[in-house]
Order: sequence, then C-alpha cells, then structure tokens
Amino acid sequence: MAEKAYLGKTISVTDEGYLTDSSQWTKEIAVEIAKEEGLTLTDKHFAVIEYLRDRVLKGEALTIRSIGKSGVVDTKGFYELFPGAPLKKATKIAGVAKPVSCV
Amino acid sequence: MANLDHPIKKVMIICAKANIEDVYAALVMANGAVMEGIEAKVFFTFFGLDAITKKQMKKLHTATVGNPGMRMPGGLPFPTILGMIPGVEAGVSAMMKSQMEKLDIPPVDEFLELITAGGGEIYACKLAVEMFKLTKEDFSEHVKDIITIGQFYELAAGEGTQIIFT
Repeated sequence: MAEKAYLGKTISVTDEGYLTDSSQWTKEIAVEIAKEEGLTLTDKHFAVIEYLRDRVLKGEALTIRSIGKSGVVDTKGFYELFPGAPLKKATKIAGVAKPVSCV
Repeated sequence: MANLDHPIKKVMIICAKANIEDVYAALVMANGAVMEGIEAKVFFTFFGLDAITKKQMKKLHTATVGNPGMRMPGGLPFPTILGMIPGVEAGVSAMMKSQMEKLDIPPVDEFLELITAGGGEIYACKLAVEMFKLTKEDFSEHVKDIITIGQFYELAAGEGTQIIFT
C-alpha cells in the first residue's frame, strides 16, 4: 500500500498507482493521473471512464470485448483513446481496481 | 514485481493446428499481448489456416479421439470409442464454445477483429496456402498478408521479441 498526493489531497493507491478506495476519486484527480500517463482527457475519455466506473462499482468484470460492445466506444476507439494498454490505463485513471481479466 | 529492465516488446505467435484449444491459445496470447501494449503478430500455417479461412473458422473442433485430457461432465474418463460416434465431436466442441462465451471469449472471427483493432497483425503462411490451394480471397478480411517464413523472421527483428509456437 502506498500513498500519493494529488491536488493537495492524500490518496491511497497500490504499488502500481491504482486507487484502493474508489470513492476518493474525482474528475480532477483523473486529469492528474492521466497526465502521469501522458494523456490529456477529453469528453470522450470521460464518457469511457464514467462507463467503466459504473460497471466496476456494480461489481462487473471488465473485458476489452464488452467495452467494445458497450456503445460508448468501439474496440479501436478504446485503443486510440488510451494507447498502449487501454484497459490498464483507463481503469487507473477511472480510480478503480486493476482488472484481472485475460480477454 | 516484474523485471522492467528487459520487457517483452513483441510476440510472434505461430499456430499450426486447427483444434479449438490450439487456435484459442494463439488468439488469447495475441490479444493479451495487444492489451498490454505489446506488439503481436500471429502466423497461421498448415491446419492452423482453418482458423482464418472464412469457410472453416466457425467450424473448429476439439478432438474427442486421441485426446487424453478429455473427460465426461463430472470428471469421469471419456471413452475413446464414444468420441468416434458421429456428432459427438461436434457436440463436445459446441459445449466448449458455449463455456468460452460465458467467459466473454469471442468466436474466432470476432477475436481476430479484437486483435487487429488493437494493432495486432494476422498472417497466413505462403507455403501452406499453396499446399492447400487457397487464395487471399479465402481468408478473413483481418488477414494482413500471405508471407514466407523468411518474411516472418524479418517481422520478428528487434530487441525484446519472443517467438511462440503453440
């Protein structure tokens, strides 16, 4: 367990930087985490982030396939919004746990 | 903690068989690589070509004969003689596919779409394509090219590449 300061607030995170308490997340913190990942967030990013938070808080497991079928973003769009490792990056920015899915 | 000094940057995956388990091993590894930001290229050869051939890709089977890992529901051994009965192999294969669907593992054509959407590349082996008398038109739209093994090695060039044969 580690701690990180975002915008003057102390947030508890895992060693890899994922928020351990989703309720500490704010849009402003998302912008800060995104900066660390080299991303500038747009409305499109936030639409995906809200969708991911909604599903994770409902206890659902995330897969690239289900996100691509969500209607919020298609698979290609998801890779374009969060280049490299989209699921890992997007969940980190969304302040939810690192997904454990293989697909 | 992962060794970050020498990360895997590229995986080159070869699939030479048409069994569900061999094809999916290749596809899961390729998609998993793409998801992690690792470059992935899959090379289908010999019977593995079925997985990218439009006519065959939806009809992949797992072997019910000569497959010692095969068990009945409940865990009892699966008698080889049962596997020989017409329709059994198709039934077992359909059951495997439905189990995979529950885990959000897509059918082969959709899996190829996922991989290519993430920047992964799919290739067919030129020698096998000629052997089976196939053409580019027989293949899924997600197949980038028909290439020789020499070209495959050229694509593999670079530090941090792994070649995986399923």
